[in-house]
Amino acid sequence: MTSKTIFSGFGGQGVLMMGYVLAVAAMRDGKEVTYLPTYGAEVRGGTANCTVSISDEEIFSPVASSPDYGVIMNMPSLVKYESTIKKGGAIILNSSLIDTDPARDDIDVVKIPANDIAKKLGSDRTINMIMLGAFVAKTQVTTLDSIMNGLTEIVKGKKASIMKLNRKGLDRGAEYVSKGAGK
Amino acid sequence: MAKKVFQRPKYLKKAVFHYCPGCGHSIIHRLIAEIIEELDIGEKVIGVPPAGCAVLAYDYFDVDMGESPHGRGAAVATGIKRILPDRIVFSYQGDGDIAAIGTAETIHAANRGENITTIFVNNGVYGMTGGQMAPTTLAGQNSTTTPGGRDVKRDGFPLDLSEMLAIARGSVYIERTAVNSPKNIMRTKRAITKAFKAQMDGLGFSLVEILSPCPTNWKLSSVDACKWVEESMVKTFPLKVIKDEVEGAIS
Amino acid sequence: MIGEAAVRAGCRFYAGYPITPQNELAEYTASAMARLEDGTFIQAESEIAAINMLIGASMAGARVMTSSSGPGISLKQEGISFLAAMELPAVIVNTMRGGPGLGNIAPAQGDYFQATRGGGHGDYRTIVLAPASGQELAGLTRKAFEYADEYKTPVFILGDGMMGQMMEPVEFPEPIDPRSLPPKPWILDGAKGRPSRIIKSLLLDTSVEEDHNWKLTRKYERITREIARADTYMTTDARLVVTAYGTAARIAKGAIKRARELGLKVGLFRPVTLWPFPKRALVEMSRQVKDFLVFEMSTGQMLEDVKLSLEGRSNVHFYGRPGGIISTPDEIAKVINTLYHRQHLNED
Repeated sequence: MTSKTIFSGFGGQGVLMMGYVLAVAAMRDGKEVTYLPTYGAEVRGGTANCTVSISDEEIFSPVASSPDYGVIMNMPSLVKYESTIKKGGAIILNSSLIDTDPARDDIDVVKIPANDIAKKLGSDRTINMIMLGAFVAKTQVTTLDSIMNGLTEIVKGKKASIMKLNRKGLDRGAEYVSKGAGK
Repeated sequence: MAKKVFQRPKYLKKAVFHYCPGCGHSIIHRLIAEIIEELDIGEKVIGVPPAGCAVLAYDYFDVDMGESPHGRGAAVATGIKRILPDRIVFSYQGDGDIAAIGTAETIHAANRGENITTIFVNNGVYGMTGGQMAPTTLAGQNSTTTPGGRDVKRDGFPLDLSEMLAIARGSVYIERTAVNSPKNIMRTKRAITKAFKAQMDGLGFSLVEILSPCPTNWKLSSVDACKWVEESMVKTFPLKVIKDEVEGAIS
Repeated sequence: MIGEAAVRAGCRFYAGYPITPQNELAEYTASAMARLEDGTFIQAESEIAAINMLIGASMAGARVMTSSSGPGISLKQEGISFLAAMELPAVIVNTMRGGPGLGNIAPAQGDYFQATRGGGHGDYRTIVLAPASGQELAGLTRKAFEYADEYKTPVFILGDGMMGQMMEPVEFPEPIDPRSLPPKPWILDGAKGRPSRIIKSLLLDTSVEEDHNWKLTRKYERITREIARADTYMTTDARLVVTAYGTAARIAKGAIKRARELGLKVGLFRPVTLWPFPKRALVEMSRQVKDFLVFEMSTGQMLEDVKLSLEGRSNVHFYGRPGGIISTPDEIAKVINTLYHRQHLNED
């Protein structure tokens, strides 16, 4: 079983971080993993994206022709990736910044008002964790605890209060999905 | 019993120099070999010869020698010294090598304060390739690529590399000397000794620029070439201590 | 990743100059060297200075490395020629990007000729290793230092922007203390209690230079016999074998998996050493396989080695995407499918 996910948004939305945290979490789950960020000039100020592949067996291509899932943080990313998502896959989109509905009816669409939820939590910096929480709840490719462990491993030494805030973001995102909202 | 007053220095091999009659390289080689012996560093010195007339220097010095591509002496010496910081590393470079193709490597080694010593032999021409204009060719001086003399409007000015290196904050000792007279030769020996000592004390980048006669390419007799150093070269490249942050610091 | 593997291989000297897409490697190495008592990292003033610092540090006996990308590697070629001529060990990483000229910073494979044909002036070769995964990269980095020392020659690790950027889990080999490595009886460290040594490449006597050239050639022949290596995937019953290296091989593998699902008998031949090119293994395979598809992220460079190796024994087809384009497995699967049917490989 192999899943490929594209994370895409503006530079500065924590897009690469989402992918990296997921990759480390899945690696610690004992899976085969590749993490492929886009590179260079394009990242600065423009669109940032990364592809995470998670599998029980050897991963051949870290590039995804048609990803199973898309975590879409802004409108340009939806335009770019909507058509590439595999039939039967899912798009998790940030509905605070995207007011258009995807046209496809052969994939699941989960809409998370991540910026609005983040505002309620009091920190814009939780937007990516809210999206990641929603993604995990929807896809079950790993667990929220694994994500937290991955995050702790990556940001070693961050204050406990910040880690708590990140956990809250993850939980809110996951709850939003499991409550059946976002449909 | 006869007293030996002159002999081959310990660290010169029993080889005949290929240098032209009246060339300054032979004198400078001898000085360096004497200094290595006097400072008792023959077992820990590593030399880096250039591309140019002194390319065969490793055939004369009886110490470890590693060849450098043209102009890269300071970079090669940097690599050696960083791995073996307790050895004494010197590069031996001509004017084209150090002040044209190798300018960047030299300035940056000086600026990093690499604890190496550079012997910069300035004879104002590309000797080995047949007397083309060097960065240090004097204004008006003939060379095979400046027929009618160096025209500074067309060919640029002679480059004061040593002065430039003195500005670099990592350099500690820079002196310009000459080997055209016994007095200047003794002064050169003192300068090179001081430069090596600065390195042995770990002070930073040291360089001695030596004005050196090239009778062949200047198309002068050996005696006239020595005179020409005194009468022409030193007007553009005055003999002096250009930078000295060593005094008082040397043990 | 290479930085960690290099330090674990006993590398204690790195000099380099910033260039995309390989800055992570230099940055990692900077902090790794800073943590070591005996590590040196120099951000050089130029690519040229960096390779020449390697010359010096290698003469002094250290395991040394530099890294760059196309334009920077071009600048280093003079120094690489000197390393080869003076028989000095060094490891050079080229993270290939789109070219020629400034090109772009996307992953490409256009520096194959430069790496495998010598690259600088004179009669010489460099060993070229082409990893296709993080794990292999870690292993081959260790190998690169071993080959460099054993054969006293510069060794290339030829990757691309994708290899440089991608992360995947890797188990690193145990670190080596450079002091535990066998002493090198040729280094310059001061002539203490031994005759003085010279390391040089200037051989004015033409007969001496000729002898040196033949000596190097015999060494290159020995390297060819001893280390040429390729990896294969599903080739046992294959009627079509895709030949690709590095990132392209990885994409091809994904495509082959898809093609197999459609019942096409397709396999992969992946050179791990680009020089020496694994000619014998390819020739061996041509006894059964009559169609090879060379896939490169260039306009066709390894293609020449495949043709030279096979000498007309099999049909050689080509598909290339230069300029920094990364093909998808789907795209390559389509190419395979079209070719397979065009060559009637589906018929018994």
